[in-house]
Formats: sequence, structure tokens, C-alpha cells
Amino acid sequence: MGKLLDVENLTLQFDTDEGRITAVDNVSFSLDAGEVMGLVGESGSGKSVTAKSVMKLNAKNAVYGDKTKITLHLEDGPVDIMSLQTSKELQVVRGGAISLIFQEPMASFAPAISIGDQMTEQLQIHTDMNNKQAKELSIEMLDRVGISDASTRFRQFAFELSGGMRQRAMIAMALSTKPKLLIADEPTTALDVTIQAQVIDLMKDLVKDFGMGIIFITHDLGVIVQTADKVAVMYLGRLVEQGPVREVIRTPAHPYTKGLIAALPDLDKLDVPLAAIPGDIPSPLERPPGCVFNTRCSVAIGERCTSEIPMFTKIDDVHQVACHLVEEDLAKPAPKAAKTKPKSKSGGKSK
Amino acid sequence: MSNKPLISVKDLSVHFGIRGGGFGKKPVVRAVEGVDLDIAPGSFFGLVGESGSGKTTLGRALLRAVPITRGKLTYQDEDVTYDLGTIEKQELKEYRSKAQLIFQDPYAALSPRMTVRDIIAEPLEVMGLTSSKEETDERVREIAEKCRLNLEHLRRFPHAFSGGQRQRISIARALVSKPHFVVADESVAALDVSIQADVLNLLKEIQQEMGLTFLFISHDLSVVAHVCDHVAVMYLGRLVETAPTRQLFAAPKHPYTKALLSAIPSLDPDDAGVAEKLEGEIPSPTNPPPGCKFQTRCRFAIDICRKDEPKLDHTGNEHNVACHRWEELME
Repeated sequence: MGKLLDVENLTLQFDTDEGRITAVDNVSFSLDAGEVMGLVGESGSGKSVTAKSVMKLNAKNAVYGDKTKITLHLEDGPVDIMSLQTSKELQVVRGGAISLIFQEPMASFAPAISIGDQMTEQLQIHTDMNNKQAKELSIEMLDRVGISDASTRFRQFAFELSGGMRQRAMIAMALSTKPKLLIADEPTTALDVTIQAQVIDLMKDLVKDFGMGIIFITHDLGVIVQTADKVAVMYLGRLVEQGPVREVIRTPAHPYTKGLIAALPDLDKLDVPLAAIPGDIPSPLERPPGCVFNTRCSVAIGERCTSEIPMFTKIDDVHQVACHLVEEDLAKPAPKAAKTKPKSKSGGKSK
Repeated sequence: MSNKPLISVKDLSVHFGIRGGGFGKKPVVRAVEGVDLDIAPGSFFGLVGESGSGKTTLGRALLRAVPITRGKLTYQDEDVTYDLGTIEKQELKEYRSKAQLIFQDPYAALSPRMTVRDIIAEPLEVMGLTSSKEETDERVREIAEKCRLNLEHLRRFPHAFSGGQRQRISIARALVSKPHFVVADESVAALDVSIQADVLNLLKEIQQEMGLTFLFISHDLSVVAHVCDHVAVMYLGRLVETAPTRQLFAAPKHPYTKALLSAIPSLDPDDAGVAEKLEGEIPSPTNPPPGCKFQTRCRFAIDICRKDEPKLDHTGNEHNVACHRWEELME
């Protein structure tokens, strides 16, 4: 499948009363059509603002870096998102080719407008359907996401639906414009596990049917493992590791990714005590120099980690990590833990 | 430890009247219905269930923070016994110092206008547990140290702290009155995994050091599996299964517990799609289905499940389950 999205050197700062805060620092990744990328990180790691940058949806005080380049590849040619200015121009990426699902389904529907009116409104903005067609499609979409009695639900308001149903309605609405890219920002976090499982299944089916790309933002690695093809791990505004899900979960390379996986309660290992990552995430106002993780890293190798920003090292063609330690290990003549080389040699990311 | 339970609950129900419903009878939410539960002293007791299952209400009933509709609730430590159903004024005040609550959201639970020292000291002052400012300060310092907060932290305001630190402040405040019984309601749900592990380890440490009894309310089964020694599973106001943790996770008996376990996303990339998926959602507690409350979503429901409500069966080894067909289903 073809390329869908290229994010290059995304840097994003916010002007605040306390000074300029760096939220995202030189992040690059790309996504193919039909591919699901998980974006993982703790709160404050910059995963949501990264995704919102793709729609240029960040607050007014956001300042994008000079070298930031985001390209969306559509059938009629590439769109340079950073050059879009007016809200008219931005409609292409806001709800047109890109849809966004938020975490809190209650807050994302207007409370005083029926679900149906909200669904048809956006269809009429982004497509040239008339009211009747929009209604038909909306009901069909509600039905498609497993909402029973869709024509009744169509007339109801958000408060009349349960949490799981609201999130499905949100998904139905986001997908009704047939976006090329779906950004799902913690879509299952507010849901119970049994409902979460239903929503995950639904999203998997929809990727298959619609062939769109998804950026799936979550802090839950379990959800990522079950949904995504590849994963990018963020910490304090920087990408620290990215690669295919299987590889990153099985053989994590960055100390932060390792810590994140070890901190997860695993039902198969009840005897192993939970390993916390020591310390707290530093405030974005006090970003540590060098590797952003050095304040909490248990294997930091001294000066280099506290002064020099690590660049991505390729562990293999598709798995890369930004860590001095890994880089030095790999540079040694006989690497002790060389990863099994996967067969694919398709387009390594530039960095 | 004695064999007498610290908290003993018999046939507890908590109902709320709600507005609306038009003419005739006022609708009633049966948040907790006919719950029997014993919590042994020194245990780390987990209570799990989906939202709307009544787990928070049950936790609050044990603290007498909500009125009890029916049933018997007893608290018994070495010194005193309280009948929590009828407890009043002075005794209730004493009970408040013995039973405490840690909230879910560390951002909402701390007053932004008070220093951390004042936040932690407040329970002591309100309950009049200390006689001088020096004694209060001493107690605050002592508990702050246990919760890994330093003296510098005590002078600051909550906004200067991260989520994990705030939750440690909430824990310090709950523990400063030296309670015997602590209800932790979703206390790690708002935290990131890397911080969550740290707070869980701290709770566990403090529990062992101070000999506390915890009721740990959570929707996250894997967290419960790690910290709790006993687990009770709730569904629509009823307990459907209770057991020692290992046993529950190794051999769940209730179809709902099984479904909950299989719904946890696996960390193994090759272990996908074997899950036994639950259809539908939890029914409304104003209008619960007849018979077994789980029958609307249960694959194994038969006629009897739609008519009679199953009682909690003792199956040995402290493992209790409320299901008509659990024995057949084990085969």
C-alpha cells in the first residue's frame, strides 16, 4: 500500500506565561494506508498534541518549528498541511480526509443537538450529499458499528446513550466521511474492559473494510499489542523508540520502553513484583539536557546521556531507538544481543 | 491475626430514590443488593466490576458515607465493635478516624489553596486527635516520610506536584489518623503505568508496615491480581464471585468473571482473538432483569437463570460463586 502520511521534524512549542514550553521536539514518522500506528507515552509526553498537529488543531499559542513538514498523500496529490491557513483550506484535513475520535465520548457530542443532526451536519459540510442521503448513510453507519435500532438512536441525544454506545456513535460519525486517516485519541480509555474489547474488535474490522490508516494514541500497551501494526514510544516530547509492535514488545531496546513494559501488571507473572520506573516525569519547563529520559534512567552512562541528545540508531531496517547505550552496544565489534534480522527490507525511515 | 473479620456485611442493600419516571412509583436505583461479605483484618481485599456495578457505593456504605437501606454491617477491631447500621454521632465520629478513604482523582481531591502540610494535618485537627500544634506537625512529618514526601514538599501547594506525588499526598492524608480500615477507590486509575506501579508498591508496603486492612476498588483486574489477596467481583449490585486472588484468576467459576478476564488485552502479540467476548452492556440498575442479573449477556443462560436469582454458593476454599450452572460449566 502507498504512503499516507509523512511527519518530518515536527517541533511544537507553546507560548505560556511561564515561558515557551516545548511539547514536541523533532519528531518524525510515517504511515502507510491501511496501517495502524500506536502512539504510546505517559501523560505529558506530547502524544495528543503530535496527533493534533496533523490536523493543525492545536491552540492559538502553538508555535511550529521552521523545519516542520507534514505531508498527507491523497489521490489528487500531496497536501502540505503546514501551509494550510484559513479554516476553509483546513477543512480538507479537519473531518475531510482526516477524522478524530476523542477520549471522552460524552464531551465530544453537543448535548442539545441530536446524534443524527450532528452526523448529517458534518456530512453536508464535507461531502455534497443532500439531507436525505446524509441521513441514510448515517443510519447505515450506526448500524454498521453495531448499534441496534439505529433509526431510533439517530433521533436521540448523547445523554440517552450509554458510554460504549456513545463511543460507537462517535466512531460511526468519524468514519461516515470515509476519511483516509483516523486519529483515535485514547478511544477506549474511558470504557470498561468488556466494552473496550468490543470497540477494539470494531476498529479492527473497520480498518479491514475501509483500508484507512489509523494513529491510535493510548497509554495502554495491551491495547496497542492487540490493534496496531507498529508502535512509536514518546517521552517528554521526543520519540524514543519505534518499530513493529511484535519487535518492540518482545525485544524493547530503549530503557524507557523496557521500564514501561516491566511496570505493566501481567496476569501470567503474578509472582514478579511490579517494577516502577523511579521518579516522576520532569515538568516540560525543566526539560533535562541531553537525553530527556536521563533523570529516570537506571542505565544512564554518564556525561554523554546528560549532554548529548541521542539520535535514532537502527537496530534493523524497521526498528529504531534513540539511546546512547544501545548505539554504543551496537557499535561494539561483537554485539552480544543482536536482534534476529527480519526478512523485510522495505523503506527504512529517514532520520 | 484473629479469625474474626474486621468488616462483616450481611445482606446489605443500598437503594437510592431518583427523580423522574412520571406518575406512580418513584424509580429506585438498587445500587447494592443483598451483599454478604467478610473482610479479614490485615487483608488487601479487591473489589472489581464495571462502571455501574455498585462497587463505589458498596465501598462508601462500609464507611457509612451513604445511608444503608437494609442489612447488617459490623466493624470489629481489638478494642471496639460498631454496628454501622445504627451507628450515630460520637461513635460515628470515632469510626471516621478508624476508617478512611483514598479518592480516585488526585487532582480533584486536594484543595488548591492549602499547603500540603495543612492538607495532611486537616483530619487530625477536625477529629481533634492531637492536642498541640507540635504533636500535629510530628504526626504529619512521620506519615509524610512514610509516603516518601520530604519536608520541602510540605510547604508547597498541590499544583506544584505531579499525579503520582499528589496521590502520595492523598494517601498520607488518609493514613495520618492511623486508621485500621482504608477504602481505596480506583486510587491508581488516573495514573500512568510507570507511576501506578510505584503507588501500588507504596500502598502494599504501608499496608504491611502499619497492619492495615484495605478495600481496593478497581476496574482493572490485572492491578487487582497483583496487589490483592482476596477478590470479590460485582455485577449490577450483586457479588457474583469471591475467592482468594490466585484461585480466582487460576480457576474463575462465574461466566462473568471468565468474560472479564478474557477481555483484558493480552501483551502477547500472538495471543489475539481467543477472547470470549461479551455482547451488550450492563443493564440499568433502575430496571434490572429478573432472575440472575447477568442472564441478559450470558451465553449459558437457561430458563432457571431467567426466573430465579442464584445465591452465593460456598464451593470450598473460601471460593464462593453465584451461578446456577457453575458446576456444569466447570466440566
